[in-house]
Amino acid sequence: MYATSYHRASSVGEAVNLRASHDEGRYVSGGMTLIATMKQRLAAPSDLIDLRHIADLRGISVEGRSVRIGAATPHADVAGSAALRTVCPALCHLAGLIGDPHVRNMGTIGGSVANNDPAADYPSAVLALNATVVTDRREIAADDFFLGMFDTALEEAEMITAFRFEAPEKAGYAKFPNPASRYAITGVFVAKTAGGARVAVTGAGSSGVFRVPEMEAALLSSWAPESVANVSVDPAQLMSDLHATAEYRANLVRVMAKRAVQASL
Amino acid sequence: MGMEGIGARVARKEDKRFLTGKGRYTDDMVVAGMKFAYFVRSPHAHAKITGIDAAAAKAMPGVIDVLDGRQLQADGIGNLICGWMIHSKDGSPMKMGAWRPLAVDTVRYVGDAVAIVVADSAAEARDAAEAVIVDYDELPAVTTSLAALGDGAPQIHPEAPGNLIFDWQIGDALAADKAIAEAAHVTEIEILNNRLSPNPMEPRATLGIYDSAEDHFTCYTTSQNPHVARLVMSAFYNVAPENKLRVIAPDVGGGFGSKIYIYPEEIVCLWASKKTGVPVKWTSDRTEAFLTDAHGRDHVSKVKMAFDKDHRITALKVDTIANLGAYMSLFSSAVPTYLYATLLSGQYAIPAIHANVRTVYTNTVPVDAYRGAGRPEATYLLERTMETAARELGLSPAELRRKNFIRSFPYQTPVIMTYDAGDYEASLNAAMQAADWDGFAARRAEAERRGKKRGIGMSCYIEACGIAPSQAVGSLGAGVGLWESAEVRVNAVGTIEVLTGSHSHGQGHETTFAQLVADRLGVPISSVNIVHGDTDKVQMGMGTYGSRSGAVGMSAIVKALDKVEMKAKKIAAHLMEADESDIVIENGELKVAGTDKVLPWFQVALAAYTAHNLPAGMEPGLKESAFYDPSNFTFPAGCYIAEVEIDPETGKTEIVQFVAADDFGNIINPLIVEGQVHGGLAQGIGQALLEEVRYDEATGQILTASYMDYAMPRADDLPSFTLSHQNTPCPGNPLGIKGCGEAGAIGSPPALINAITDAIGIKYLTMPATPLKVWTALQGAAMPMAAE
Repeated sequence: MYATSYHRASSVGEAVNLRASHDEGRYVSGGMTLIATMKQRLAAPSDLIDLRHIADLRGISVEGRSVRIGAATPHADVAGSAALRTVCPALCHLAGLIGDPHVRNMGTIGGSVANNDPAADYPSAVLALNATVVTDRREIAADDFFLGMFDTALEEAEMITAFRFEAPEKAGYAKFPNPASRYAITGVFVAKTAGGARVAVTGAGSSGVFRVPEMEAALLSSWAPESVANVSVDPAQLMSDLHATAEYRANLVRVMAKRAVQASL
Repeated sequence: MGMEGIGARVARKEDKRFLTGKGRYTDDMVVAGMKFAYFVRSPHAHAKITGIDAAAAKAMPGVIDVLDGRQLQADGIGNLICGWMIHSKDGSPMKMGAWRPLAVDTVRYVGDAVAIVVADSAAEARDAAEAVIVDYDELPAVTTSLAALGDGAPQIHPEAPGNLIFDWQIGDALAADKAIAEAAHVTEIEILNNRLSPNPMEPRATLGIYDSAEDHFTCYTTSQNPHVARLVMSAFYNVAPENKLRVIAPDVGGGFGSKIYIYPEEIVCLWASKKTGVPVKWTSDRTEAFLTDAHGRDHVSKVKMAFDKDHRITALKVDTIANLGAYMSLFSSAVPTYLYATLLSGQYAIPAIHANVRTVYTNTVPVDAYRGAGRPEATYLLERTMETAARELGLSPAELRRKNFIRSFPYQTPVIMTYDAGDYEASLNAAMQAADWDGFAARRAEAERRGKKRGIGMSCYIEACGIAPSQAVGSLGAGVGLWESAEVRVNAVGTIEVLTGSHSHGQGHETTFAQLVADRLGVPISSVNIVHGDTDKVQMGMGTYGSRSGAVGMSAIVKALDKVEMKAKKIAAHLMEADESDIVIENGELKVAGTDKVLPWFQVALAAYTAHNLPAGMEPGLKESAFYDPSNFTFPAGCYIAEVEIDPETGKTEIVQFVAADDFGNIINPLIVEGQVHGGLAQGIGQALLEEVRYDEATGQILTASYMDYAMPRADDLPSFTLSHQNTPCPGNPLGIKGCGEAGAIGSPPALINAITDAIGIKYLTMPATPLKVWTALQGAAMPMAAE
């Protein structure tokens, strides 16, 4: 790791100001990817502005069916939230599958979504739940947020502050982990929302998280595992690497979608 | 046996310091004025070095010096060596290319060391290393053994034309060919043994300290055999004469073979300490460990096994190509020859065996011994072949093995080894009973109803531990003897220090060796200290590898204890005015048999040191040493059974049960033995299901250089193991013990692959059996099954 200056922000305003005054600075919200990348000297921000200690950014509130999760809420809190479990247990389940206990207590939902790793779990939930990404300056619909691998609609120095969504009628997440990293080789989040069925896939797409309209249409007519079991996904849009070919991932998308629907029942 | 003697389940004495973070590892060592090293390494798999410019690096903050291979060469530091000479079948010696501790003209793998930076901090050393400008002319690279032997392959060392190091054979080719020609059935199969990275928890580290006043070097290092390190560094690398070089291997956090060898970093840090005038410490990070720790396995083999009409094996013929990487590591030549092909008879009476082994240079990390070293390769090959043969012949795997087991001992195989004792059927029966083999069909049917494919597979392994005797291994090309030393020092108040040339890096010597003393003298293990790992304390030793510490190291302690007992009895007889032959040692006391005369152990020890009243002519003191050179290897053996369930939708394998039935001879501490088996099984399961080093064949870049891509087994990848022990005591050593450190890693991979191929009904499946591979195989297998 190259030398860097660490700042612990105590408010959103302070964080934004710190970031504005350091051109080569970066927000860090858990750092589960960024710190490892810095240790390998593949990233060298001059300053790290830590968001995890901003009280306004932490916590989960559930009012009726409306859910708000602060961006600096660690995965362990999401996994263990009794309030969230009553309205959207699939999201608790997803958070409990991320990394290991150390990662779940350091990593945050905002950090993960802002990083938009193509194999991270959270982007599939944000997209399938049709969540609103709240930032320090605006609100972004999930469908407009994820632009590609490690690429989002966030502008320079823009910070996620929270996620909002209406709890779905039904939701499920199924993940096939990479045997080495335990990231998703393929993870599928399905949600039956007021606006219709939504299916989002992480870990597989060559441009990051994506929706599967054919599966959504099938689920709209019948919310059942069999509805998606035979909907094929074109391997041409999927990643191929040491651990999984595109054809294998296409298979896993079907299998995990089926299991996610099963889990939602 | 007593509460703490041989056979007692004593918790490890050393665990208190390990579990409370009080272990003292090489990286924990701090000495005055110590500075830090970072190595400049080749980013290319194969290239000419055309220039090194360190001027900018030397000017950076905190930098003390930057040193390169030409300077090292100018100071007369020698090449790294391979310590076992193998001759090709045409009589020519193996063709060893030069391995410079710092490359001079050519780099031959990604990670090859080029220069060392010494600075005030590790971070400054690393910063400066990035500023060292090395000009390379890239050369074509080759990473697989088959490609390296092909026409037009890049030439890696001028000394080895066509990259062939040696073409060696063992056994009787004519007899094997004749038996194959006359066979009722011949099973043919190709076997790949995947390349592994050893991944000890503690990465390698070294601290080189030069004392100019005494012209003396001290080397702290992560070694399994500090005395061998000193010998090699003195005799071959010209670092310093032995009396001017102290090597200390303190607590070492796992080795698995990878810390046997003397690596460039130890030599270079010692030399750099003299050159810069400061102590120099280097600690590998995990990426460097993937890039530079010696890898294991990487064999490609073709096998023919011949059977007569009664299903008895009549011949085995094996053609193996072993990838040794870019340079010949310390024991790399012995692993695919005398540690591999000599075990190809397995547990079976095979009248004719022939093996041909070619070893090859490639632009990859050097390959050497890794937990099991040659024996896993032999066992995997043999047990995959046996399982395949049983399926082809329509026999149960157990029946085919029973028909061919060796049943009388000693047994001379056609490939050098003389097995001294064993009862292979006892382990087979124990394993089958523990696994409820007969109930498998019902379990498979039940799994089928759940949509799962269930399979069962076995493996009957044999290994040779405690490699010996010295004269024999010398005649086969070994550069060292393979005995062990011990010294038992009884202090004046009766506490005891045992100095051993073995080295403990997780095996529990401090407990088991103390148990031996407790068993013999009746003293508590808390009064016994085991001293190892320091060439200034222990005179000489051969270290720990190949499951040798018990069979060889403890046998040396037995010999020293015999001498201590003899002298103690003489003193006691003198003090109690009894005949020496009437003295017995029991529960920490020396007694005159049949009387109430007794002397506590500490009084006899004290008498030896006060020397006020010793038998006439006896020297004072109570301290004895011994060297033990075994008469033969030991031959642990056993039967492992794996039962798996495959999810056909994803190809994921779940191990639903794993049974290990091992014959390790007599057991000193069952708790430690079980731990060794558990660890070995985890590594074997890792090889079978998860682990593989992969290279980009075009560029020679390693693709699996972190845990993001190299899959280490985790606790949730493993089932609870069902263990049992059978016992045919080893007749060759005084304790009747055989060795247990490697069995798990040797026996488990074929059991798993046999189970998986049973579950999905295919012949070939290469390790690791990842979900991707199993699913892909299932797609292919679906067609013929549909046609049935």
